[in-house]
Amino acid sequence: MNVKHFIEDKYLVFELTEEIDHHESEKIKKRADYEIQRLMPKRVVFDFEKVNFMDSAGIGLIIGRYKTVSCYGGKIELINVNNKLRKIFELSGLKRFIREEKLV
Amino acid sequence: MNNEMKLEFLSKSANESFARIAVAAFVSQLDPTIEEIADIKTSVSEAVTNCIIHAYPDREGIIKIKSVLNDNEVEIEISDTGEGIENVEEARTPLYTSKVNLERSGMGFTIIENFMDDLRVESIVGIGTKLTMKKIIKKENT
Ligand SMILES: Nc1ncnc2c1ncn2[C@@H]1O[C@H](COP(=O)(O)OP(=O)(O)O)[C@@H](O)[C@H]1O
Ligand SMILES: [Mg+2]
Repeated sequence: MNVKHFIEDKYLVFELTEEIDHHESEKIKKRADYEIQRLMPKRVVFDFEKVNFMDSAGIGLIIGRYKTVSCYGGKIELINVNNKLRKIFELSGLKRFIREEKLV
Repeated sequence: MNNEMKLEFLSKSANESFARIAVAAFVSQLDPTIEEIADIKTSVSEAVTNCIIHAYPDREGIIKIKSVLNDNEVEIEISDTGEGIENVEEARTPLYTSKVNLERSGMGFTIIENFMDDLRVESIVGIGTKLTMKKIIKKENT
């Protein structure tokens, strides 16, 4: 995962890469929590453009970060979600976090 | 096309990707679409992850996969000899998880049910769990 820093001082962007399963998500969670707690950004964005596999570990990852970010009034957005991933987010009731339009 | 394979490996989380890639490579003999392969990979990943997290929570155990190709149907059996499930019906309920503290989503079984054409779960507490899932590979691909 790459961390792209603030865009317009508002969005903290995590660029997720390759595969999100239980094994990979443990590392992603640690890194994301570190950055979120340090910066407390208003908007936390997960970019799925470079993700080619995700199972329900991705759902746990997003719900967990949503809980942290909500505590200080922040918001979560998911961008570049392809149809494969969309199916999983829809099943899990996370569709409302998907942002269709461009970030800036 | 009729074919069969078996795999056996340790319940290490690094094997999650190995398992789904191996099954996908085997099933590719049936000429599935990219979407069908993605559905199978996700389902295998869910089942194998469950063995690692739930069947063997604090030890390493063996996970077995058997896959059979039968004309245009793939059957995948994934089994462990771990904890077992007390109430399978409850476990299959969307959002149900017995490991709330681990940020589990409780969506594993629901995803498999939606992505495969059939899912059977057999489990005995203290003996283990076996999932049998089936998917028809649509013929219009070929
Ligand atoms: N192989 C298994 N061995 C023991 N228990 C299992 C197994 N697979 C699933 N379970 C039980 O079924 C529940 C639901 O599984 P699942 O839908 O994948 O959700 P999650 O893995 O997020 O908890 C698990 O919380 C667990 O209690
Ligand atoms: Mg699961």
